[in-house]
Amino acid sequence: MTDFPAAAKVQLAKPQLRANLRHATHTIRDKRLRVVGELDDWEQLREAGRAIKADVRRRLPELLIQFEEKATAAGAVVHWARDAAEANRIVADLARAKGVDELVKVKSMATQEIGLNEALEAEGITAYETDLAELIVQLAHDTPSHILVPAIHYNRTEIRDIFVKEMHDAPAGLTDEPATLAEAARLHLRKRFLSATLGVSGANFAIADTGTLVVLESEGNGRMCLTLPETLISVVGVEKLLPSYTDLEVFLQLLPRSSTGERMNPYTTMWTGVTPGDGPSEVHIVLLDNGRANVLADPVGRQALACIRCSACLNVCPVYERTGGHAYGSVYPGPIGAILAPQLSPGEHESLPYASSLCGACYEACPVKINIPEVLIHLRQRTKHPAGERAAMGLMAWVMRNPRRYAAALRSARLGTGPLAAFVHKGPGGRRVLRRAPWPASKWTVSRDAPLPATETFREWWIRERS
Amino acid sequence: MNARDAILARLRSALADEPAAEPIPRDYGRHLDGDLVELLTDRLVDYKARVHRSIGDALAGIQTLLVPHDVPGDWLTGYTGKTVVDERRSVEELDQVDAVLTGCAVAIAQTGTIVLDGGPTQGRRAITLVPDRHVVVVRAEQIVGRVPEALPRLAPTRPQTWISGPSATSDIELNRVEGVHGPRTLDVVILDA
Repeated sequence: MTDFPAAAKVQLAKPQLRANLRHATHTIRDKRLRVVGELDDWEQLREAGRAIKADVRRRLPELLIQFEEKATAAGAVVHWARDAAEANRIVADLARAKGVDELVKVKSMATQEIGLNEALEAEGITAYETDLAELIVQLAHDTPSHILVPAIHYNRTEIRDIFVKEMHDAPAGLTDEPATLAEAARLHLRKRFLSATLGVSGANFAIADTGTLVVLESEGNGRMCLTLPETLISVVGVEKLLPSYTDLEVFLQLLPRSSTGERMNPYTTMWTGVTPGDGPSEVHIVLLDNGRANVLADPVGRQALACIRCSACLNVCPVYERTGGHAYGSVYPGPIGAILAPQLSPGEHESLPYASSLCGACYEACPVKINIPEVLIHLRQRTKHPAGERAAMGLMAWVMRNPRRYAAALRSARLGTGPLAAFVHKGPGGRRVLRRAPWPASKWTVSRDAPLPATETFREWWIRERS
Repeated sequence: MNARDAILARLRSALADEPAAEPIPRDYGRHLDGDLVELLTDRLVDYKARVHRSIGDALAGIQTLLVPHDVPGDWLTGYTGKTVVDERRSVEELDQVDAVLTGCAVAIAQTGTIVLDGGPTQGRRAITLVPDRHVVVVRAEQIVGRVPEALPRLAPTRPQTWISGPSATSDIELNRVEGVHGPRTLDVVILDA
């Protein structure tokens, strides 16, 4: 897999992409700030959200058992999947048993994480994405670049062009008015919704004390997939649990304001097993591990399991704003992806914890207060550093352990950098910095200035002035 | 070992360090005072729903109207169009009507949200989904201020639909656009107590 620095370079060279991302992320930032500002208890809600999610992690095994018991009693069939292959197998077998070769899907990160659509395709089953942005990405033969708005990297004109080219029933004379584009999607999917017999979803929350699943959405495609088909299969990461139905009073305030910057999303659906005469007559739930136990095992990193996939951290991130989601090379991009992806699949995505300036905007925006910078630093310490860097750091540690060695090293550093005087610039605060150093220090100065040792240390100044 | 036992065993061993329990602070706000009808109206209009103070106003011009089997008779007083009562009607039939008329379980003023939980006058979920226009009746005493006040009024295990304005999307340049797959027109009738 391409590492982040290389992939980012490719993305940064696309001016249209950068303009689209800048426009979209700034729009959503402003909206989020406005609706969050309307609540004078936002910080209390965040703290409650954080604490509830910490409680969920601590009691995860017992809550899962409780959820299974309640959902089963309500008529759902609960399955367990250790990994992606097992989850895909369960869904494909259920689809086969129903004799269907197509199904409708409501956008879900869990099914994207396990590559469900591709796995179904290999079995001759077509999964139709019904979320507008997912539809755009699917029609464009592209991959998602954002957790909430997978087509955030396209502007309206590009979307119009994709529809005209790839949507066989696109209305003639389609303009790039967003309302017209939404109308085209409505027409395109309507028949499919009304005739679908199998729906597949994820879930935003799974309620342990009732066995209820909760899906938040905007367009009504979710309601279509969750209500009209005879059979519904939901793939749910084990960390999606909430202990109690009452906990929704916190999360139904935190999530919409953080994700789309709305007081409330247009539609939320909750269902508990099967309700005769209302909705699917067969309800399956696939509880998915797929690396989550790995994340839980790390006392610092486990807080990433609190994530409610709102994407506020992506929208405020200066790195994401410039590179977009594809550069991360992970289903989960942005700051949360940088801490979640390497933990979900150890050994992969090792460059992602470095895809951050550690500015902390993500932590401030996170509705459940995941300390993303803390986990980033923790993960950086865990990855294997290059031999040269380790040797340099070892030498530095040896020098700094002893005051004489340290003073001597500073003196020689000053002498050693003397010949570079011609390259010295005045940096911020009048500090002397080097813009371009010779190899191997050039690896450092390619993206930042290198500070030079002061002409005189404080100790030297003290001895000269006061002794 | 089956998948269930394997996952539970992994999770238990991941928690070997026994993280300490901590209290959950619930000092966030629960109530909202003030004119809730006015606030609800403001929030509904902000998300492009239409607000009426009488059912007759909202139903004017509708030719075929779908209703749940237990629709109160007086809601249809003066309605001259054709009424279709939902008796396990097919999706195609639901797709033929101009609008559906239902009640609700609770409305949340602060967020402009109407919640249906399949209780009296609300019908099953499909009837408020397939028709392109939803006329929903809210009695003033069904309005609460904030989300935490709404949950105790709802049946947790019955299917719920929370509705905040007509169907919309933010998928194009992250701007909200109304009118995708759900009802494109939402008429809310607020009846005084």
